[in-house]
Amino acid sequence: MKQIKLILPLFLIACSGPAETEEETVEVDSVETTINEEDIVLAESGYSVGDMATDFSLKNIDDQMVSLSDYDEAKGFIVIFTCNHCPFSVAYEDRIIALDKKYKEQGYPVIAINPNDPEVNPDDSFELMKERASEKGFTFPYLFDEGQEIYPQYGATKTPHVYILEKTDAGNRVAYIGAIDDNSKEPENVTEKYVENAVDALLNGNQPEVTETVAIGCSIKFKEG
Amino acid sequence: MDPFFVWLLFQYFYLLMVKTLSSILVIVAVLSCTEQNENIPDEKENVEVFEETETQPSKVVEQDNISIEVYDFENIQPFIYKNNDRINVVNFWATWCVPCIQELPAFEKLKAENPEVDMTLISMDFTQNIESDLIPFIIKNNIQSDVVVLDDPDANSWIPKVDENWSGAIPATIIYNKDKRVFYERSFTYEELAKEVQTFKK
Repeated sequence: MKQIKLILPLFLIACSGPAETEEETVEVDSVETTINEEDIVLAESGYSVGDMATDFSLKNIDDQMVSLSDYDEAKGFIVIFTCNHCPFSVAYEDRIIALDKKYKEQGYPVIAINPNDPEVNPDDSFELMKERASEKGFTFPYLFDEGQEIYPQYGATKTPHVYILEKTDAGNRVAYIGAIDDNSKEPENVTEKYVENAVDALLNGNQPEVTETVAIGCSIKFKEG
Repeated sequence: MDPFFVWLLFQYFYLLMVKTLSSILVIVAVLSCTEQNENIPDEKENVEVFEETETQPSKVVEQDNISIEVYDFENIQPFIYKNNDRINVVNFWATWCVPCIQELPAFEKLKAENPEVDMTLISMDFTQNIESDLIPFIIKNNIQSDVVVLDDPDANSWIPKVDENWSGAIPATIIYNKDKRVFYERSFTYEELAKEVQTFKK
């Protein structure tokens, strides 16, 4: 960016013939600035695959505190940022329960975390989390990111947003970030089960082939400062 | 030596230096032109490819005199690559998305106050909820902008085509004209939106 700014005056001198060109140059410069600032923000927030994920101590719907370090036997974790109110989260509830049932025994339990501020979205309050978990019969911890300190460290931007962690000697290594599968709305038409494929690979001692995916989700609600 | 000759000699070298320097300047400028051009998002090239007439909704839902077209990603692209002389604002939203609904009045106001702005609201509402949620919402809030629905299940394949940095969270917005195109994964107040659109005005 600096380099472009430095040569910009030269460019203006050389191209100062048609006034239109000059205007365009200035606009191009502002585009560059915007993009670069966004890149910096993205680069600074959240984990990439290969990073070590932080542990936490968050309150579960049974009022007990839960940390990743509580799970001595686990080989890793399927951490899912999800919530009550988001239709995409709701659409995935049964599939999240199925993931936990399938993989908890094999060493990869689901840890669900609600990252939303209930003051912004009352449906995501701790009391309603308890209600929803009991209605649906959640088989996994459903934790409340009170104070919203954990989700920004992970870099979750929306619900649902999955982080598969592999337990290593160096810590909980991020092995996969993204969607649960390739069809949010119609579970019967899923063709790629991203999370299952990734966990299967890890259980077989391999790294996932697909390590990052994106899906539409509800942006995580926070109180504007 | 004749002072006049020294002066002539000085002039000659001076001219030669100026000439060389200006050539270097021109070369640097041309190089910088090329470099800048490379950095401009290349979406502009695609503009010609998508003509609105080619687009085909996969479904049309009609209720209470409102007609909502549903598109898959391929067919919605003409809405996000319009080949016109206006400032195009495209907002990805849904009736169930609280921050989307909060910022929608800003987009409506922007459209009302800026005749040069072309506004498209791309709804991510589930197709089966168009009659129960989307159309009633449009009527209740008297939405004036064009509303279309994007229903394409394989989001992982098309989200990066909208913008490579989009995580998939909504609201998200694209503002573009013939010269530039910027993607925003964020919410806007009216002032913020108007300020952003201002940078697209000539």
